[in-house]
Amino acid sequence: MTELSDFDKALLNLLQGDIPICSHPFAKMARTLGTDEGTVLNRLRELKAAGYLRRIGTFFDSHRLGYRGTLVALKVAPSAVNSVAQAINRYPGATHNYEREGLYNLWFTLLTPDVECESKILAEIRALGGVEDMLKLKANKKYKVNVQFNLQ
Amino acid sequence: MENFSLQDKQIIRALQEDFPLCSEPYKILAQRVGLSEEDFLRRVKKLVDEKKIRRMGAVLRHREVGFKANALCAWHVPPDKLDAVGAVMSAHAAVSHCYDRTTAPNWNYNLYTMIHAKTREECDAIITELSNAAGITDYKILYTKREWKKTGMKYFCE
Repeated sequence: MTELSDFDKALLNLLQGDIPICSHPFAKMARTLGTDEGTVLNRLRELKAAGYLRRIGTFFDSHRLGYRGTLVALKVAPSAVNSVAQAINRYPGATHNYEREGLYNLWFTLLTPDVECESKILAEIRALGGVEDMLKLKANKKYKVNVQFNLQ
Repeated sequence: MENFSLQDKQIIRALQEDFPLCSEPYKILAQRVGLSEEDFLRRVKKLVDEKKIRRMGAVLRHREVGFKANALCAWHVPPDKLDAVGAVMSAHAAVSHCYDRTTAPNWNYNLYTMIHAKTREECDAIITELSNAAGITDYKILYTKREWKKTGMKYFCE
């Protein structure tokens, strides 16, 4: 993977913030960076193709769109971790799924439109072979949600 | 639950797809929904004002840009101190998420932070720093072993 130049870092730092909501957002970003729209767009396409960008788009507040979110911790027998992780991945509402060190070794977040849907999915996952325990850790209050990395 | 019109849902669906990397991206998205660019931009601004949109922007692949040590840290915080501790932890730049969550039987941890650093040593040092600053000594560090899935939610597609 290519090294990020100072320009790349400035561009990515800006892009992680707010994309302007106007007719020519990349031209506006280019002016902030002291360059032109074509340079910004070409470099972004290259950085995207090189795998630096997971996603460019809109991040919604799931709660305000009417969805409920929970974090779930599973204790899974080591031999079943792969199959359980793959089964969880198949649910569209399971947006994050991580294997972690510790007794509870599989952690995922689940977004669902209502409690019935959530209960049904959690019951299905609890019943998977190798799942020994499940903790449901519903969010009460969000103090911070800000996935931005300052590149220096 | 608030009712979203069919057009609201169409706009949200268009916005949650990959943002077009071209000169007039909103015009492209507007066309998919059958709105003028001007009307579409107005609706996007309204969603921002209503705080239904948190942010328009990019998420980096943090491992690729050098953040290789990522830990979920679960803290046991006395309920009356949650707001104060939440504020201390949220103020740290290495913390991306900080949530108060319900506990479970035999699991007393009620505050969760995601911490990102370049190395494990650096991540451990940040957690010690947070522990000292907040005065919370009962916590569990859950380092990421493997990312199985990380994706944006697709709303209104069920």
